[in-house]
Amino acid sequence: MQITLNGEPYEIEQPLSLVALLDKLDIDARRVAIEHNLTIIKRHRFPEVVVGDGDQVEIVNFVGGG
Amino acid sequence: MSDTPFVIAGRIFQSRLIIGTGKYPSHALMARAHEASGADMVTVAVRRVNISDRSRESLLDYIDTSRMFILPNTAGCYTADEAIRTARLGREAGLSNWVKLEVIGDERTLFPDNEALIEATQVLVREGFVVLPYTNDDPIACRKLQDAGAAAVMPLGAPIGSGLGIQNPNNIRIIRESARVPVIVDAGVGTASDAAIAMELGADGVLMNTAIAGAEDPVAMATAMRHAIIGGRLAYLSGRIPRKMYASASSPVEGMVGR
Repeated sequence: MQITLNGEPYEIEQPLSLVALLDKLDIDARRVAIEHNLTIIKRHRFPEVVVGDGDQVEIVNFVGGG
Repeated sequence: MSDTPFVIAGRIFQSRLIIGTGKYPSHALMARAHEASGADMVTVAVRRVNISDRSRESLLDYIDTSRMFILPNTAGCYTADEAIRTARLGREAGLSNWVKLEVIGDERTLFPDNEALIEATQVLVREGFVVLPYTNDDPIACRKLQDAGAAAVMPLGAPIGSGLGIQNPNNIRIIRESARVPVIVDAGVGTASDAAIAMELGADGVLMNTAIAGAEDPVAMATAMRHAIIGGRLAYLSGRIPRKMYASASSPVEGMVGR
């Protein structure tokens, strides 16, 4: 199955939680914010929110800026 | 000379200099410039995590968050909706409900779209954000932003990254005179004297990025800015002499030898 991750197609084998997705991507959950199908997900809900086929996921963090 | 503390939305800052984290040659150099600047608030941008390249080091590894307050921005947003969405994401990624609100109206000048900016300010204030909008050097726009609940107003000195200095000093003075919230000159500073001028005009603070990050020696420029802000502030508080057309001798005119 396929999700759209940060605007790009991304293959996953089965539905997985946001925690599992971050783990798979090697991303530290403490430093990102996630939007799942245009809804912002609070960090404490990362374990329970599941991403499946066709979902849109945005993972953002802080970068240098003025 | 005693000064009132620099307070925004009830939070006290030690430094009246706010600096960015963009455009530095390296994160390590940025950290040294931050240290030299004495600033205790830095701006950051909210962007997609690079999924394909996870090797890049995190910006936050180079910011001492025990000392530095992090102000996420909505740079690059061209609509109120986009800016609101980015602000909400920034709040989740960070540790506070503060946002440097930018709604850009034009790619070439990066001038703000004031109508959209005011709209986004209203929405975010209702959601409990502390909103610091980057705006034109327009006293009326600043008044409307203040009425919309902005915690400070941040008029530009000149276009972002231009280094042109304060283009409309009179407007900055008028904004300072009429605003009830802190006035922070944001953008346009090129060198230390520009920062000093902003402070002499009565600005409560100055926000800059490129002037330091793009200098040949960012650490030295950060030091210069630190002094400029302090010097400009002191000069403002000291009550400068009026400008006069002609000379007025500093030494006594009586008692001249041989006269």
